Amino acid sequence: MVPLDYYLILSAIVFAIGVVGVLARRNLIVILMSIELMLNAVNLTFIAFSRFLGSMEGQVAVFFVMAVAAAEAVIGLAIIISVFRQRQSLDPEEMQLLKW
Amino acid sequence: MVASDPGVATYDLLRWIPLIPLLGSVTNVFLGQRLGRRNAGLLGCAAVGASLAIAAYVFFQLSPAGLFRDPIYTWFESGSFKVNLSLQTDALTSVMLLIVTGIGFLIHVYSLGYMGHDEGMVRFFVYLNLFIFFMLLLVMADNLILLFVGWEGVGLCSYLLIGFWYEDPNNTIAGNKAFIVNRIGDFGFLLGIFLLVTELGRQGIWTLDFAELQKHVQMLSPASIGLITLLLFAGATGKSAQIPLFVWLPDAMAGPTPVSALIHAATMVTAGVYMTARLHFLFALAPATLSLIAWIGAATAFFAATIALTQNDIKKVLAYSTVSQLGYMFLAVGVGAFSAAIFHVFTHAFFKACLFLGAGSVIHALSGEQNMRNMGGLKSYMPKTYWTYVIAALAIAGVPFTAGFFSKDLILWRAFSHGAMLLWGIGLITAGMTAFYMFRQLFMVFHGQCRADSHAKAHLHESPSAMTLPLILLAIGSIFSGWLGAPEYLWGSAWDRWLQPMFGAVEHHGEAGTEIMLTLLTLAVVAAGLFWAYLKYGRAGAQIAEDSENVFYRLSLNKYYVDEFYDAVIVRPFTACSRFLAQIIDPRLIDGTVNGIAALARGLGWVARGLQTGNVQHYLAGFLLGTLVLLAYYIGQL
Repeated sequence: MVPLDYYLILSAIVFAIGVVGVLARRNLIVILMSIELMLNAVNLTFIAFSRFLGSMEGQVAVFFVMAVAAAEAVIGLAIIISVFRQRQSLDPEEMQLLKW
Repeated sequence: MVASDPGVATYDLLRWIPLIPLLGSVTNVFLGQRLGRRNAGLLGCAAVGASLAIAAYVFFQLSPAGLFRDPIYTWFESGSFKVNLSLQTDALTSVMLLIVTGIGFLIHVYSLGYMGHDEGMVRFFVYLNLFIFFMLLLVMADNLILLFVGWEGVGLCSYLLIGFWYEDPNNTIAGNKAFIVNRIGDFGFLLGIFLLVTELGRQGIWTLDFAELQKHVQMLSPASIGLITLLLFAGATGKSAQIPLFVWLPDAMAGPTPVSALIHAATMVTAGVYMTARLHFLFALAPATLSLIAWIGAATAFFAATIALTQNDIKKVLAYSTVSQLGYMFLAVGVGAFSAAIFHVFTHAFFKACLFLGAGSVIHALSGEQNMRNMGGLKSYMPKTYWTYVIAALAIAGVPFTAGFFSKDLILWRAFSHGAMLLWGIGLITAGMTAFYMFRQLFMVFHGQCRADSHAKAHLHESPSAMTLPLILLAIGSIFSGWLGAPEYLWGSAWDRWLQPMFGAVEHHGEAGTEIMLTLLTLAVVAAGLFWAYLKYGRAGAQIAEDSENVFYRLSLNKYYVDEFYDAVIVRPFTACSRFLAQIIDPRLIDGTVNGIAALARGLGWVARGLQTGNVQHYLAGFLLGTLVLLAYYIGQL
């Protein structure tokens, strides 16, 4: 059986990729995808612990996260489309109206 | 009328005495222009006339020891401290009521003629009626707070009427001066009231009702009574124009002449005397304050009289004369002769009002001329004014069997029998000077050659009967009002009998023989003053138009430079200080502090707003950083 550490390290790597994607990319769609990466990294951790501890609670949490992620993807994409129609651009650098 | 205890009765007619003039004033505010000048004036006269009728009616129902009360409602209360809006009339108030409404009525009628040509006549009667209201409130108040309301109210009306012809900035300045100088005195007065409340309150008595005060006055310590009376007297020096606050009264002559007669001679300026008489039970317990009052009164009487000797403005002479006569009243108060002081208030109201109205009649006839050097010989042009003026001048000089003779001699006699020889001596010399300056004025205005220019001469006329009738009535009063207070060696004093329950029996020190001797001495001094005035100003060929180079003459003519002194010592440093505050402290320190705090906030904001880029990714980076820090912290804890 693959030891727990492997799952956790993989999960940490995926999460870090997601973080870098959210912070560094210049396209809203990629940023949204990076958020999904982070969520799935967390899901992986949940599942791993669930399996190793023999408890179902981790899986319950994963289902919640997947439901929320689906809703978030829907709303997020709708907002992105709306923003794109307004500005013909998806660069978050240009979305700076909310400052002083 | 429901009698609750003997001598004290509730009587709700009292409230109408001040209320009717107030209604007259308010009516004229709203309807005066529509009624027209003449009707508005008649309304004003009628309102005061109605007050006079009620006051007289009340007077005849009152017994000397009696007291009518009209509690209208409780004004405010705090714990056991309660101030009522309630009026009262006792022997003292009833006398003041008759003076205020009686003289006030005559002066209202006179104003019909005097102000008849003036555009602002409606406004004039509004102010005049309002003044009568406040003055009546002052004398009818049954507690110190309400008295203070009246006190401030008459000050306000005085200010409004001095600056009545506001187009001339000098009149406005004179009004301001009167108001500000009075404010200084009133500040002392108010402090006195506060001190009285707290000192009595410390003994568990929270009250300012005169009757209650009189009952509990013994509980105060002598030191606090001394301080309280001193502060209250500071108020009186302002309102009644005593040293050191007398400077506003001569300037107050900028107002129309009926105002000078009513407010600045007969009624308002005597409010200080009334206040001390009303609180006589308090002042009687403060011998040090009383002797200070006596000295200030005597000094004021003397110095004002010396200034009056050389003035050339017809109203200024009378103004300084008023200050001087008020000094006599305070001299009487200071030697404990409250009844004599109020008696002089009473007689002085008649002859000084008569003199002012006579002067007004002259000014009116000469189309506004006030310099006595441009008058002269008016005797034949205006006989009624002349003869009433003569009678009033004789009365103020104290010629036997005129009002001033009785009241002034009474004061001098009381000062003498009190043992205050020096005060008596000052009063005696002042009596001589009074005779001199009054007859100097009489000769300059009515005798000799007419020195008016041809234009004024062409318009010379006797005043209309609305003006001469009050003059005649006041002249009659200038003689007979004094007969009420005759000395014991003649027919005795009805006045003292009337006020005896109020101030206690008059103690008769000394003998009638001494009193007669002193009276003869006074008469000799008065005759000397009169004769001197004739020599200097009455003879044919008298040098009227020239100033003497004598140093005393110059001092007197320039009013001892008191105004200049105050200007240099108080007004200028104060203005400089204010200017410093306004131009340096206010913009630099005050504004600087406020603006500095604002600039600080802006600076901090300028630093902090760099963090707010509006870029979501930057915020997220911060978010991550925070999470990492917290994480590191918790891991460190493990």
